[in-house]
Amino acid sequence: MRSFSEIETAVKRATRGIGFSWGISEEVGKNIRLLEMFGLPGFKNINQYFKIIKTQEFEKISTVSSINNSKSLYCPITMGVNFFDQSIHLKDANNIEITNLGFPLLFIPFVSRASEVIGKRIFLKIDNKEFLFNFNQAVYSNYLSGDIVEKGEKISLKFMDNNNLFSEEEWSELYKISENTFVEETDELKKSAAGAGLTDND
Amino acid sequence: MEVNLRDPKSLMKLSKLGSFHQSKLSFLRSFLNEFKHWEYRRDLFNLDQKGFGRAVYSFSKNNRTYSLICFANEIKDEERSDRVIATKWDAAFTLHDGVPSENDIERLSKEVPKQEVGRLSYKELTLSRANKSVRLFNHVVECLSNGEQPDINILSKVGYLYRTTAVYGSGKFGLADRFRIKNRDEILGPFRLEMMLVYLVRQFTFDQVNHIAKNKNPSLAVQLDPNICRNLGIGNSTGLGMAPFIVNHPALLNNWIFAREMALKKIREVEKVSKEDFDIFKNCLIKSLKNVTSWHTDSEFQNKKIQKLLIDLEKFINFINKGTIDNKPYLFNEIYTWIEDNLSDECIEYIVSMMMEPYDNIVNPLLKNMSADEDKYFNIPIDRTVEELRNILEKNYSEILKIDFSKNENNQNFWFISKNKEEPRLADRYNDTGAELEQPLAIARDIKKLYEILFVSKNSLTVGKFLMEHNDLRHVVRRAFVTEKFPYAEIQDNTIGSNLMPIDMLRLKLSFFGAIKFDPRSDKWLRICMFQGAPLPNELKSFDSHWVYNSLN
Repeated sequence: MRSFSEIETAVKRATRGIGFSWGISEEVGKNIRLLEMFGLPGFKNINQYFKIIKTQEFEKISTVSSINNSKSLYCPITMGVNFFDQSIHLKDANNIEITNLGFPLLFIPFVSRASEVIGKRIFLKIDNKEFLFNFNQAVYSNYLSGDIVEKGEKISLKFMDNNNLFSEEEWSELYKISENTFVEETDELKKSAAGAGLTDND
Repeated sequence: MEVNLRDPKSLMKLSKLGSFHQSKLSFLRSFLNEFKHWEYRRDLFNLDQKGFGRAVYSFSKNNRTYSLICFANEIKDEERSDRVIATKWDAAFTLHDGVPSENDIERLSKEVPKQEVGRLSYKELTLSRANKSVRLFNHVVECLSNGEQPDINILSKVGYLYRTTAVYGSGKFGLADRFRIKNRDEILGPFRLEMMLVYLVRQFTFDQVNHIAKNKNPSLAVQLDPNICRNLGIGNSTGLGMAPFIVNHPALLNNWIFAREMALKKIREVEKVSKEDFDIFKNCLIKSLKNVTSWHTDSEFQNKKIQKLLIDLEKFINFINKGTIDNKPYLFNEIYTWIEDNLSDECIEYIVSMMMEPYDNIVNPLLKNMSADEDKYFNIPIDRTVEELRNILEKNYSEILKIDFSKNENNQNFWFISKNKEEPRLADRYNDTGAELEQPLAIARDIKKLYEILFVSKNSLTVGKFLMEHNDLRHVVRRAFVTEKFPYAEIQDNTIGSNLMPIDMLRLKLSFFGAIKFDPRSDKWLRICMFQGAPLPNELKSFDSHWVYNSLN
C-alpha cells in the first residue's frame, strides 16, 4: 500500500513534470491526497488525465463566472485553481454552471477547500453525481464507484446559506430536555453571584 | 526587563544557522526524557556465531509498545558503502508500532534489508540501515574475545561502532503517515520515533559486539564495559537529502528556532541567577571542552571553526573567571551582551546552548511547541491585497530583496532530484545540465521576482486575482503568508549563490537532532555522532540530564 505522503509527493512531481507551475503542483499533490483520504479515486483520475493531456487540448479558463461554457473540455486543474482563487467573489453568485469539464473528480478538492475558506457548504452536481462539501471536513456523495470519470457535461455548484438543518421548534424541544441538567439557585446564592451587591454605575 | 527576540534577518543567515549546537531542546535529549519511564526490553536476540540474524527491542508503557526489529546481514567488504546508492548494509532496522507477530517479522525480513526498494506498511513507523565502522568494530571484538577492554583512545577517534546512512519516517516507502500517530502525547516532539530507532540501534551494536566476542572465545571473552558503551554513540553520514527539508517545512523550522530564541530571551530576563544555576552553567561549560578537543575532522573549514571556538571559549572562561559579573542582576544578559561583542558565531551559539542547561523550567515547556502542522498554513489567503503582500515582503525579506539576481554568481547553483536515487542534489547552472528541472528551492530568487511584479501591480488587487496571471510564483506567495505568522520560517539567504555552503543547512537540522562532532567530508555531506555519552537503556530511570558533557573521550 502506498502512503498518502507518497501519493502527494508523486502527484506533485508528476504535475510539475507535465508542465504546471510548482505552486499549482503543490496544490494538486495536496488535492489528490485529499481525494484518496475521502475515498475517491484521485490517483487513478489524474494518471488518466496526464495520459490524455499529451494528445488532447483542454480549455484553460482564467476568469470563472456564473456561467462557463466551452465546446472543448475545460482543464479541471486550471478551472479548480481559478475557482479556488476567485471563490470569495464567486460565492455572491450563489450558483455556478460549467459545461464540459474534463476529469471533473479532479475539480472536487478545490471545491472542498473553497468551502472551508469561504465558510459555506457547497453543493456540487456533476451530471447525475451529487456531492455536498462540509467546510473541507467531510464530503457526502451518491458517487461510490471508484471509476475514472473523463467528462462532466453539466456541472452546477450552489453555495449553501449558513442555515441550521432544523427548525426553531425542534431546537426548543431539544433545549427543553437539556434543561434537565440545570439546578434552580436559592435566593441566597443569587445574592452572591457575579456582580451582586454592586451598582452598575460604580 | 524585557529582552527582544533576536532579529530573524541576522539569525536566519546560513552561516549563523550553520553554527548551531545541540542543546537541551535537541530531539535526542527530549526523547530520552520522554521515554525514561517506559519499560525497555530486549524481546528477541537470535544471532548466529558471527552476529548475523534478528533481534527485537522495545519500549512499552500502559497499552502502547514500540518495537525495533533488527536484521543483521553478512555483506562483503566491497559491498559496504555509506553512499545512498548502496544496496546492502551490515544491518537494517524498522520501528514497528506494537508487538510484531512472527508473520510481521517474516514479512519485514523480506522488505527491510532492501530499504528504499522494499515496501513497508502502516504498522511500521521508521526505517533505517547502518554499516559497521569495521576497523573499530573488529578491534572491539578482538579485545573483548581476548578478555580485554578496547583502547579508549582508538574508540574516541571514531565514537561509534555503527554508522547509519539514512533514517526514514513519515510515510516513506509505505511507512505510516504522520497523521495516524500525530496525536500521541509521547511523540509530540519532532523526530521522536527516529530518535528512538537510533537509540535502540545503539544498544543493538553493543549486544552484537558482545555476542560475537563471546562466540569467538567463550572461555575468555568479557563484555564491553558499560562506561565505554556509554561513551559510544551512533554515527551518521548525512548528505544533501536533508537540506531541502528545512526549506520545505517553514512552520516547523520556525517552531524549532522560535523555541531556542524564546529560551534565550527568558534566560536573559532572569534577574537573579542563583549560584547553583550559574555553577551548573559553568560546570557544563568546562566539562564540554572535552567534546570540543575530541572533535576530530579532516575538514579545513570545520577545523578553522573548531580552533576559533577553542580560542573563544578560553577567552570566555577568562572573562567569567574574573568574577566581575558574578553578582550582577540579569547575569545571563550580561554574558550574552559580552559574547555578542567579543566572540564568533560558533562560540556564541555554543554558549547560548549551554545557558539552557540550568533551566528545565524555561526549556521544558517549549518542547511541546516544536512540532508543526504545515497543512494548516497551506491555503493562500486569496482575499488579501497586493499591497499587503508587498508589505510582508518588504518587512520579512528585506535582506533577500538586496540580492542582485542579474549576476550569474547569485544564480550559480540549482537544486534537482537525481533520477537514480530520487535524492536532492545541487549542480552548477552554467556547467551542468538539468537546470530546467530545477526544484522550487531558490526561494530568495523567486521572492525577489515576486516583489518586482508586485511593485508594478495595483495595490487593491486581491491576491486571488493577482494569481490569475502569476501562478508561476504561487509557491512563494504561499510562503510569504507563512512568514507573516512565523518570523523564523525563512532562511534569510540565497540558497543558489556561488558561495552557498550546503552543510550549513545540514548542520542546522542536525544540531536540533542533538548531533555532535560535525565532520564535514566535503561542502555537501558530513558525518556526525548521536547519543555519545547517553545513558544506556537500563539506566534510563535515573540519569544525569547533562549527560552530553560526561564524555570520557
